[in-house]
Amino acid sequence: MVQPYFHSVTLETDNCKGCTICIKRCPTEAIRVRGGKARILELRCIDCGECIRTCPNHAKRAIADDFSLLDKYAYTIALPAPSFYGQFAGQDVSISKILQSLLTLGFNAVYEVAEAAEHVSLATRRYIENSSKRPLISSSCPAIVRLIQVRFPDLIDHLIPIQAPVDIAARLGKEAVMRKQGLRREDIGAFFITPCPAKVTAIKQPIGLGNSWVDGAIPIADVYAKVLRILPYLEDVPGLQQASAVGVCWGRAAGEEEAIRAPSHVAVDGIHAVIDVLEEIEIGKFHDIDFIECQACRGGCVGGPLTVQNAFLARVNMENLTRELSPEINPTVEKQVEENWGAGFYNLEADIEPRSILKLDDDFSRAIEKMELLEKTVGSLPGLDCGSCGSPSCQALAEDIVQGLASEGDCVFVLRDGVQSLAEELLELARRVPGSISSKTDTDEEEPPKESPKESGEVDRRDTTDQAAQ
Amino acid sequence: MPAVGGLDALISVTYDIVANDFVRAGEAASKIKRLLQQLGVEPGIIRRAAIAAYEAEMNVVIHSYGGRIAANITADSIEILCEDSGPGIPDIEKALQEGYSTASEDIREMGFGAGMGLPNIRRSAEEFSIESACGQGTRLKVKILHKVGD
Repeated sequence: MVQPYFHSVTLETDNCKGCTICIKRCPTEAIRVRGGKARILELRCIDCGECIRTCPNHAKRAIADDFSLLDKYAYTIALPAPSFYGQFAGQDVSISKILQSLLTLGFNAVYEVAEAAEHVSLATRRYIENSSKRPLISSSCPAIVRLIQVRFPDLIDHLIPIQAPVDIAARLGKEAVMRKQGLRREDIGAFFITPCPAKVTAIKQPIGLGNSWVDGAIPIADVYAKVLRILPYLEDVPGLQQASAVGVCWGRAAGEEEAIRAPSHVAVDGIHAVIDVLEEIEIGKFHDIDFIECQACRGGCVGGPLTVQNAFLARVNMENLTRELSPEINPTVEKQVEENWGAGFYNLEADIEPRSILKLDDDFSRAIEKMELLEKTVGSLPGLDCGSCGSPSCQALAEDIVQGLASEGDCVFVLRDGVQSLAEELLELARRVPGSISSKTDTDEEEPPKESPKESGEVDRRDTTDQAAQ
Repeated sequence: MPAVGGLDALISVTYDIVANDFVRAGEAASKIKRLLQQLGVEPGIIRRAAIAAYEAEMNVVIHSYGGRIAANITADSIEILCEDSGPGIPDIEKALQEGYSTASEDIREMGFGAGMGLPNIRRSAEEFSIESACGQGTRLKVKILHKVGD
């Protein structure tokens, strides 16, 4: 099958046992179990990595880049996520040493995504001041942007159209190297050390950006062991560490909200909690909140599926590492933002397009027909949401049936009822005595045909011809 | 569930609303919203319909003895009909003013009763009508126009 869309999150077919754990947790109902294996529905998947976290058999993994990609470029820049720092603990560990370790591993330079996060914090502050839309939702978490595209398209205009810190980091990092070393943009490779598969997807298929300045994403989990091994032998290098505590805190939940300092704000972490909040926004709540930070992962980026440490421990580590840092953004960053802001440096380059997965059909009258069938089908299913059919709920199975992707017989309860009535029919037939040896006539044996029970769905469909006549 | 609705409704849904049931409050509006999403109605229109349905539902939960809400969807409009069995609104003009509310202190402490319900509903819809008589209940009808997507 041709993939219409690149996804970082993929299935390791051999490891999949065909259980139904992932289908229940997927926030966009993007997984079905068919033929004993999970299948990811390309159009629905937002690469949040919730299935990577929940699969007990490690049958879901993220496709990302590895170190071999560095060879393609004359000059390479590592872009460590703020959450990367939180993976390391110990008295002798410092952010400077962590950055130094990336240089030792082969990168020519490092640019802290935390520093770019300071730019984004200041740009966002300005955006909030200049916008009358409320509530404004952060677009930094790529899984949340995709969630809004597919499940909450009417909230797209609440997303703040400012680029994510990693994209800004890549651009600032590359532009500095181009200036200092006289290199061309295409000679420089910028690599995100990522906690998150959604970011891998966002780099390959940017939303709201023509081409990403980021050239690859290497999972924190793949870098961790290498760094751990060399960390004890490294010395602090003055000048390498630039970001203040304000930028580094973006790596954990509520760090972004604290950095932006909107008059009224809230931070939400965990994709299911985010969904609850977005549902509330859709019915008009949260309208007096200026800024909402939304993180797909519990605990923020330190809870990302591609991290190593427990998210709570990583948070403590980050607090320890930032204790010595300035609690305020560096004035030179403020000056740079002042200069860049007017030129639209931080803005997304294109609109974020809706990709609704909920509509039953592009054609309205076909959608109505399917809706009617859907309600009927839901009524005929047991409503236990057991998942044995391979769809996450009875409602989802009904939708799959309406879309021709499943049949009612996939429901074990419907199947059991079918088998039962078949068995009763067989028994009935077996009891029949052939006319040649029976003293009765056929008509005595026959029962009147049973009337099938009427469905009482919630939906009442009127004649469409009335409509056409208007 | 019984279907009420206009003669030209293509699809209709009706939900009962229980007075003072804050646990289930908002569920009818959510179901109406989901239905519109499944029908592929334009996001901005869904937003307005969802706000109107939610505010109407909450009014019944907070102020009435109970009632029901219906959505009648045709190819060009979404009609939301909300009826309750009393006690009725003594002064509709006042109730339509922004910030006017008769909600109790308890209700306000829960974050409701800001006096924006009816004004928000009116703002969301192209057509708006409300009838109420003391002792008889209230009947609210709004219409939101939409175009079938192409």
